[in-house]
Amino acid sequence: MAAHAALSQYLISGLTTGSVYALTALGYCLIYNATKVVNFAQGDFLSLGGLLFYSLLSGLGLPLVPAFVLAVAGVALAGALMERLCLRPARSRDLMVLIFITVAASILARGLMKTVWGKQTLPLPSISPEIPLRFMGAAFTPQNLWVLGITLAAILGLKHFFDRTLTGKAMRAMAANPRAASLMGIDTAGLTTLSFALAGALGALAGILITPITSLSYDVGVLLGLKGFAAAVLGGYGSFAGAVAGGLILGLLESLCAGLLSSAYKDVLAFLVLLLVLFLRPSGILGVKEGRS
Amino acid sequence: MLEVSGVHYFYGQARALSDVSLNLDRGEVVSLLGMNGAGKTTLLNILSGVLKPTRGQVLLDGNPAPKGPVALVRAGVVQVPEGRQVFAPLTVRENLEMGAYIRLKAGEKAAVARDLERMLALFPILGTRIGGRAGDLSGGEQQMLAMARGLMAAPRYLLLDEPSLGLSPKVAAEIFRVIRDLPATGCGVLLVEQNALGALSVSKRGFILTTGSIRFSGDPADILRDAQLREAFLGQACQPDLSRDGQTDAQAGQA
Ligand SMILES: Nc1ncnc2c1ncn2[C@@H]1O[C@H](COP(=O)(O)OP(=O)(O)OP(=O)(O)O)[C@@H](O)[C@H]1O
Ligand SMILES: [Mg+2]
Repeated sequence: MAAHAALSQYLISGLTTGSVYALTALGYCLIYNATKVVNFAQGDFLSLGGLLFYSLLSGLGLPLVPAFVLAVAGVALAGALMERLCLRPARSRDLMVLIFITVAASILARGLMKTVWGKQTLPLPSISPEIPLRFMGAAFTPQNLWVLGITLAAILGLKHFFDRTLTGKAMRAMAANPRAASLMGIDTAGLTTLSFALAGALGALAGILITPITSLSYDVGVLLGLKGFAAAVLGGYGSFAGAVAGGLILGLLESLCAGLLSSAYKDVLAFLVLLLVLFLRPSGILGVKEGRS
Repeated sequence: MLEVSGVHYFYGQARALSDVSLNLDRGEVVSLLGMNGAGKTTLLNILSGVLKPTRGQVLLDGNPAPKGPVALVRAGVVQVPEGRQVFAPLTVRENLEMGAYIRLKAGEKAAVARDLERMLALFPILGTRIGGRAGDLSGGEQQMLAMARGLMAAPRYLLLDEPSLGLSPKVAAEIFRVIRDLPATGCGVLLVEQNALGALSVSKRGFILTTGSIRFSGDPADILRDAQLREAFLGQACQPDLSRDGQTDAQAGQA
């Protein structure tokens, strides 16, 4: 394979996994901005999204689009329920307690998913038939395009939501100053639930998109969730643009490393870079420096 | 009428308010004065539903007030918090929109747009920074934004916590002028201030709070006239100014 073909190959696969990391990182961001909680169950939203999609398609035999929509809505509902049932009752307590509750919810969710779907790997079909495509010498499949396209649509949709809609602006106001937001009559409790639902939806998208490429099982989200978390930290935890940038950079790094060095080292290198960036810029690439108003 | 009657408040074991009664009409500005830690902010937080009184009650138009800040904003009781608290990453325009959140949600787009123009006429400096980050405004500009944001809710009762804090005398005077004119638009104002003279000069009544209880209520002129009240309950805060505005006020009162 010619060098430039190999390179575009790495780019495409890097951008694909990077997109999924970006979606995952955005989920972490949403919940962090609403509550300052790091949601350790974000990865489980990915698994659940893939599993629901699989069951709706293969189990119930639903057509693609309804299955897709229902799977995303189902995980959004799971996110909202997680906030209502696990975190809200403990609202007034320590942040550490809340974070630990997300760890517990994650373990619980994984146990439930294992019971329902079993331990084995499930064959999740791609969104459209796998016809091989070529671009600048690189081989890829329509699934790569779906991942890139849907991720782009999700990012643009989120941007529109936060910049243009009243609810989105209220969420940003709440993130900036929850006390002042409630003095404006903004229903901070409701918006917090909505943040969890949105994070669930983003997780579901990531899961539905990536599991046909990787594999689908009840615990596929564990490592992907960790990578998404790393991407969020890399970009500057809490920054939306940072989450996207961090995700894409992490994905590209991994794929370049796997291609040019060895796939055995790709995780190591990715985390090495992460550490290095954080030594040099503790607030992440696009993060707000500490102490700014 | 917005009122508290027989309100007590404890932060854990620490008493912050004891047996406080106070009322505010839509046609007046009422000052609430007192030294640091007297309980002024605590009382405003009770009126705006942020805190629940340990004992006693809050009444709105004679009925128990709705619970919680969201319901109270809907009912027209709006608090502008101490220390500006603008939404720093949002633009000035977005901050003003957030002030009108309830109204925008109810679809009052046209009325809100009109009020936004009114705010920009009232505080022209905000107009020049309308698309900029609120966090980049100077402290005084943020103070004005916080007040304009509160007014965007079209309140019937506005609770202001130290709106002149950190403002130059000229801008503070402007703020007090805006406050003075609010009752004519059907908005009663409860004004917490360290600048006692400025506050009293636009108020119809004044309350003095000391360590959690009301020690005086009545005519602002009486507070200004009474040297003992001034020193014992207002502290040094208004002393330096007395040589200027204060004297004329006191003289006017004696005449
Ligand atoms: N969250 C809190 N927990 C415990 N004590 C508090 C809390 N908030 C206020 N207090 C105490 O309650 C008392 C009244 O406080 P408050 O903030 O109402 O005073 P203030 O009159 O607004 O003072 P300032 O002029 O300094 O703003 C003070 O003694 C304060 O230390
Ligand atoms: Mg105070």
